Order: sequence, then structure tokens, then C-alpha cells
Amino acid sequence: MGEVKRKLSTGRGIWREGGLHTLYISPLKALAVDIARNLEIPVREMGLKVRLETRTGDTPASKRQRQRRDPPDILLTTPEQLALLLATADAPYLFSSLKRVVLDELHSLVTSKRGDLLSLGLARLSALAPQMTAIGLSATVAEPDDLRRFLMPQPIEGERLADLVLGQAGAQPHVQILDTDEHLPWAGHSARHALGEIYNLIKTHKTTLVFVNTRSQAEFLFQELWRANDDNLAIALHHGSLDVAQRRRVEHAMAGGKLRAVVCTSSLDLGVDWGDVDLVVNVGAPKGSSRLLQRIGRSNHRLDEPSQAVLVPANRFEVLECRAALDAVAENAQDTPPLRTGALDVLAQHILGRACGEPFFADDVYDEVRAAAPYVALARADFDAALDFVATGGYALKAYERFAKFRQGQDGRWRITHPRVAQAYRMNVGTIVEADMIKVRLVRSRTSGALIPRGGRLLGEVEEYFIETLTPGDTFVFAGEILKYETLVEDEVYVSRSNATDPKVPAYEGGKFPLSTYLAARVRSLLAQPEDWRALPDQVREWLEIQEWRSLLPGPRDLLVETFPRATKHYLVCYPFEGRLAHQTLGMLLTRRLERLRMKPLGFVANEYALAVWGLGDLAPRIERGELSLAKLFDEDMLGDDLEEWLAESALMKRTFRTCAIIAGLIARRFPGEEKSRRQLTISTDLVYDVLRKHQPDHLLLRAARADAATGLLDVRRLGEMLSRIKGRIVHKALDHVSPLAVPVLLEIGRETVYGEASDAILAEAADELIKEAMS
Amino acid sequence: MAVAGVSLHADPAGALYWPEHGLLAIADLHLEKGSSFAARGQLLPPYDTAATLERLTQLIALYAPRVLVALGDSFHDGGGPERLSGIDRDAIKALQRGREWIWITGNHDPDPSDGIGGSFHAELHIAPLTFRHLPTGAHGEVCGHLHPAARIAYRGRSVRRRCFAGDERRIVMPAFGTFTGGLNVREAVFCDLFGTLAFTAHMLGDDRLYTFPAKRCLAD
Repeated sequence: MGEVKRKLSTGRGIWREGGLHTLYISPLKALAVDIARNLEIPVREMGLKVRLETRTGDTPASKRQRQRRDPPDILLTTPEQLALLLATADAPYLFSSLKRVVLDELHSLVTSKRGDLLSLGLARLSALAPQMTAIGLSATVAEPDDLRRFLMPQPIEGERLADLVLGQAGAQPHVQILDTDEHLPWAGHSARHALGEIYNLIKTHKTTLVFVNTRSQAEFLFQELWRANDDNLAIALHHGSLDVAQRRRVEHAMAGGKLRAVVCTSSLDLGVDWGDVDLVVNVGAPKGSSRLLQRIGRSNHRLDEPSQAVLVPANRFEVLECRAALDAVAENAQDTPPLRTGALDVLAQHILGRACGEPFFADDVYDEVRAAAPYVALARADFDAALDFVATGGYALKAYERFAKFRQGQDGRWRITHPRVAQAYRMNVGTIVEADMIKVRLVRSRTSGALIPRGGRLLGEVEEYFIETLTPGDTFVFAGEILKYETLVEDEVYVSRSNATDPKVPAYEGGKFPLSTYLAARVRSLLAQPEDWRALPDQVREWLEIQEWRSLLPGPRDLLVETFPRATKHYLVCYPFEGRLAHQTLGMLLTRRLERLRMKPLGFVANEYALAVWGLGDLAPRIERGELSLAKLFDEDMLGDDLEEWLAESALMKRTFRTCAIIAGLIARRFPGEEKSRRQLTISTDLVYDVLRKHQPDHLLLRAARADAATGLLDVRRLGEMLSRIKGRIVHKALDHVSPLAVPVLLEIGRETVYGEASDAILAEAADELIKEAMS
Repeated sequence: MAVAGVSLHADPAGALYWPEHGLLAIADLHLEKGSSFAARGQLLPPYDTAATLERLTQLIALYAPRVLVALGDSFHDGGGPERLSGIDRDAIKALQRGREWIWITGNHDPDPSDGIGGSFHAELHIAPLTFRHLPTGAHGEVCGHLHPAARIAYRGRSVRRRCFAGDERRIVMPAFGTFTGGLNVREAVFCDLFGTLAFTAHMLGDDRLYTFPAKRCLAD
């Protein structure tokens, strides 16, 4: 690296000493900062004349400007910053001397739209610096060939794979499931029953990382641990909604060995080096074997010593999931999702960025883009549609030629029409679209008529769309407490403590991962094989045995459907094990069908493993008389017209569309703290969605949103795979009362959101209630 | 729905029909809003004008009114009429055929425009009602401008819809335009207009109106 830098043209008639030598890209700002710190030490000790710097969203603007004029040898940064650098006129100067790109934690990048953006950036880098080699690092990957393709510019025919270097396998980790002496809950995710046991584990280890799946679980567990903390152990909290300064303090204390435990979410999943962790505790379901392996890997960084981990299932189904994950870990079985097909909204963003850099020929960019593995099969028509979208909105009705954001010049090159286009691009770059968050503040309850006192303690943040579902007086769970919604003051929600034991409105659950398809299959086969139950705790084994006796346990590829009456209602419960998102979609579609068959469903609730639908009529006799065919009810054709009809009004679909509209640059991102009055000036994407659906259903943004619905909030693809798997394999069991297996999902009623779209039916019910109130 | 003793039929599409005069009123069409945004760099779909006119065509077919009153802000900006496509311009002309067409001027379109037919008025009195764009709170007023919308939450679900906001003395009509948003009736401006919260929101449903006292509606 000691070589003399060549003089390079900056593209503006100025020659400077050469640009970057090495680019390091990580999914997390914290990781880039951490790696820089670890690199600086040997560089200093060896007296190397190498300059290394980080560049993230937190880097001051002046430093970022200077980096473009006078780049370091090694730059450590994120995919978004790479996109920004590529979209400047400096890009050829900065990158043409590049020798190496290192992509850390590559598996976590490639499965999202961020990976799409990164792949396009990488393709651009290959064009600017053909001599450059890309290196990907990953400790958990199911299909290494996917990552090997991702790293190389792909040819039009065939494929090109990067070399594979396998690290030395570490010692087999020691993982066990906590064998609790307490009563194992039927449902819920708090693991409250195991608190004492978790605390004792912390006490008997040097440093423990306690992983949970959601922010609210982290809050809850942290508070409960401190309640039990008689020894005053240094226990800290780390999750994505916390203030950055707070997170940095925890990270420093951790690195300095000052903490006994950190309760954290996936904010600490990735490979930041956390000093001397000797135990990892995973509370709740692991959700996927790769995720679990990644977390376990946080303990004991020496390869020759085994990592130590304890899994703490929070309920009975989670015991099964933990057992399945444990077996997967023993086989080192990975279940990272396959490589994506590149999203069209990300492509649109990239094309605009490309035009902000320098004018281009469409043919060149089309070829360049197809070198990126996720876009290798991109049709020219789709590329042209994205180009047309960026230029004039991509409408069949050509009305906006004169308002084009960029257009083709006489020389055939496309160039932006105004500098403000580049400015807007820079404000909007990236693929992470956060839901609008709103602060939750704890106040004293309002005594009748009195004003609410201001300025209580801040509890955290929740998504705005959750708060929209509340009426003053509604109770819900947040930060481990049952809270009463008081009022909305500017951009904060005021809540008070409630004495209620039963929250009226389902809990807030942000940031859940669905159960991986791979683990789901393992759980189903575990259920189907009683000889394997020996490894399960007594309480769980008994639960399954009673289920077998009262109802039945489905075969590994079957779908069990139970019907039974309870209180004044009749229930239909099925067990697809495909994760909550796919179950929600199934629930929406099933209730639509049942409604059409005049079976009058009233509602449904889904969890990771099961779906329960209820109504006033008993379905069992109708099924037996052949009036209701379960095979027809669960037929794949529900993904046709029924799905289309639901998508027209689905709030989840509209949220998906909004994300695509922001990434593609049709709608500007909102920034925290932005005035509400300014927000009202922006147009609602729901209106745009409705209009496009009606007038141009094949518009690029609708296609992008449909592609997202296959895997995102609606998980349609997984539902489709399930429906095709269970064809001819539905087993119906009519029961007199609730089965043991159905208890957990029924307990979710009132905790999980009862789904149903916000529609006229709600208005009619609310209006009826009002009339009843008035008449009584 | 009765305003100043006059019985009006409120259509869930967001229009008012006065049978005695064969008069149909709609407010805040905001035609050419998409192209207005496009001119400022945000390329919203150019289909809003056609979509709005299509819904208006259905209403006119249903009521066959002798008089149509557009209560102002019929175009999103002064340049709107010029940007109209030939097809949309013809659609407006076809709708105007055989009836009196009154453009009430609004704050977005304060000046009369050429080439879009109809007659232009600041307001229209037909005793005991007055049709105008900006609300003044006067007795017998039918107005627009505010784009009222109401929100109801029930059993963990929230529904927000455009609505008529009124009491027995005056009424504010919902915005009819495809790209028009709504202003929550719990914003102070409505309370100021009616003098109290004792007014009613008639929310637009798929095929009927749903009526709630403003007190029962939620802020956003």
C-alpha cells in the first residue's frame, strides 16, 4: 500500500493525487466505527503511512466534503454513503484507483433492498475500477454461491463466482434450553416466569448478552431484571429506539468490560466485537437457525473454545421452536433466505443517482446494471420503464414531458434538467423507510375536566399507525406496562398507568421476525414424531400427549383444522406454522370467503404457529354435510381475485406502496421533527395508490409494491407455498371444546391485533353503538 | 339533511342535491392538481382530473340536475384550465350541455377562466341559502374550502373519511377532488366556525353516510 498515488483527473480539468485504495462497507454505522478503531491500532504501531477514515450519516458535512476532495487510503462506510459518493461528479476520481472492496456481514445485506442498492453500487464500482476485487465476509450463509455471484460482475450468459475461502470451523457451541422449574406459560413473549433463572445465569457469568426479538420485550426484561437486581449488577439496555448517545455509552462500557449484562435486540446482532462475553441468553423464539448461530457467535470470540448459550422459550410453542433450532445448530444448518430479485423502486433510485453523477447513455447503464447479480435477468422493457419513471413519472398518459426530471440531450446522453433534482436525490437516498414514530410520555391520569400535566417521563416511541387505532381511555401494553391512552399533544402521546388487568387494545409489537420456513418444517416434523418428544420438558410433552388424545397431531406435511364451540362463539383453528404475517394474510382471505359463503365470521387472530377464526355459526355440521368444503376454502385460488380485491383496500398494502413510492423518489421522505403542518402539504400516497390501481395497474410502483407483498408485510409467497403443500392434506377434527394446541392462539385474542381492515363495517358498528348508547 | 329549514339530499359521493331547484352542488374539485405538483418537480399521476370528472359524470347521470354549482377551488391553481387535456376539456363541455353551470370562485382559482364554459360568480343566493367558497359562519351558508374529514376509532381500528360538517344553520361540504386530502373536524377552525363542538360529521361511506357528533370524532 506504500505505492505513490497517481495523478487523476477529477473530471473538471483538475488533476489530483489518486483516490481511494480500499473501501470497507458494513451494514451498521457502529460496525464501521468499531472496525476503524481496531485497524488504527496496528496501523499506528507498525508506523504505516496509511490514512483511514469513516464516513457515515453522523460524519460532519465539512469532513464529508473534504473526503471528496482529498480521500483517505481506506474508507469505512455504509451502502447509503457509497450511493451518495457514486452520485457525484467526483466518483470517477474517487474510485478509479480502487483496488479492494470489503463487504462485511454480507448475508445481512443481500436479503433486503439495501442489498439491491449495494449490488448496483458494486456494479458501478466495477465499471469505474475494473481492476478492483470485492471480498465478502459472512459467518452465516445457507447458500455461499449466492454471495459468490453477488460479489462478481455477472456476464450476460452463464455466471461468474468469486473464489470461496472457508474459515476454520470453530468449536461446536454449547447450547441448551433452559429447563425451567417454573410453570411454562401457554402464550405471551415476556418470559416473566424465567426471570430468576436468567438473573442467576448473569450472576454466575462474567458478561452476558441477553437477546430478545422486539424493542418492547427488551424494555420489559430490562426493567424486570433491575427489579430483581439485589446485587446491583451493572445491567444495561441496547435497542434501536434508544437515543444514539445512550447507545454509544453502553457500547463503550461494554468494550471496557464494565458491564455484567446487556439486554439487546438485533441492534447488536451483527459482528461488533464486544469484549469478553462468556454467555449468550436468547429469550423467546430464535426464529431462524442462522439468526441464532449469529447471536451465539457473540460469546467467546476465540475459535478453539466453544460458545456458550442458553435458550429461554417464553411459551410452549417456543419450546418446540427452540428444540428445532437446537438440532439445526448441532448440524450447523443455515437458513438465510435466497438471493433477491432486484427491486424496481431501488433501480429507479439508482438510475436517478447515476444521472446526478454524470450524463449517460441508456445502453451503457442497462449493461452495467445487469452485471449486478440481483438484476442479471432485468428485461430491457423494465429498465426502460424505470428510466421513464424517473424522467416523467412513467405514465401511459404522456402529460409531463415539459416537467421532465432528466431527459436525453442531442448527444444521446441522459442528463438531469436542474440541480434541484440532484439535491432531492441526496435527501432521499437509501432504502430504509422508517414508519413514522411518535413519542410516548407517561403522565398522571386526568381527573375529570382538569388539564393534563405536561412533561412526564419519556417511555419510548411507537409507530404512528398504532396510535391511530386508539380512542382516549383505551388501554394497551407498552414498555412492559398496561397504559391508558390520554391524549395526543402535538407530536407526543400522553399515557397514564392503568389498573386494568386486561388491556383493551392489542399490544404494540414492533420489529418481529417471522419464523423461518426451515425451522417451521422442523417444528412440524417434531410434532409428528412422538419418539422425539423425550427431549422436551415434561410440561410440554404432557401438553402434546393430551392433544394427541383429545384431538390429533398433524403429519409433517398436513394441515390440521379444528372446529369447536367456546362460550357463545364457534371457532375454526388451523396450524400452518408459517409465521404471523402469512397467517394474517390467510386470515384476511379466509374471512372474506366465509363472509361470501354467508358463514358470518366475526374476527380472527394469528400467531406464529396458528390462525383462529371465529363466528356465531357452527361450521362443523356444514363441513360434515359437505356444504362447506375445506379443500375449497383453502384452495390456492384465494390468491387470485380474493387477494386482488383485498389489496385494493388493504392498509398493509398501502403501507408497502408508500415505501416503494419513497424509495423510488415519487414522495419525499419525512424527517423526524418535521412540522405536522408541513406534512399536511404532502399528498397522501393512499390517494396515489387508488388512482394508479384504477388508471394504470401495471405502473412501475404498483409492480414494485406487488413484488414486496410477496415477501414483506403480507408474505403472500409463503402463503402460496403453504396452500400448495397442504392440497389434499387437510385433516378436519370437530371437537366439543378447545384443544390443548389451540389454547395459545386463543390466548392471543386481546393481546395480538384482531385483524380486519378499517372499513365501512367499523363505521356501521360504531354508529350502531352510538344509537344503543343514546337509547339506553 | 336540513340546512336553514331547507331539506337537502346528501349523496355519499360528497355532493348535495336540492330537489326544488334541481340544483347539484360539489366543492373543491382541485382539477389539475397532479400537473400542478408535476410542474414543481413532483411527478404525481396525471389521472386525477379524469378520475374526478368521471365521478362527477356518474352523479350528474344520477340526478340530472338543471343547475350545477362548483363551490370554488375547482382548479388547483390559476394555470389549471390551460393545462387541461383536450379529452378532459371536452368532458367538461359535455357535462355542461343542457344545464346551467356555475363556477363559484375560490382562493385557488380567484379569476374567471376562458375556455371552460359556465358562468363565474363570487357567490350564489337562492333564498334562504347562500353558496360560497369560504365559510363565514352565516346562516344558510353552503360552503367548501375546509375539506372536512372525520376519524372514528372502534375496537382497535381507525377509519378516517371525508365528511359533511354541519349543524341546522350551515354546512361545509367535503372536497370532491380525487387528490384532495382532508382537514380533521376536530381542528380549531371548525369549532370557531360553528361556535361550539355541537355540530355533526356525516362521514362518506361506500353507499351511505355515517353520522357522528363532532365530539365523538377523534383528532388525528
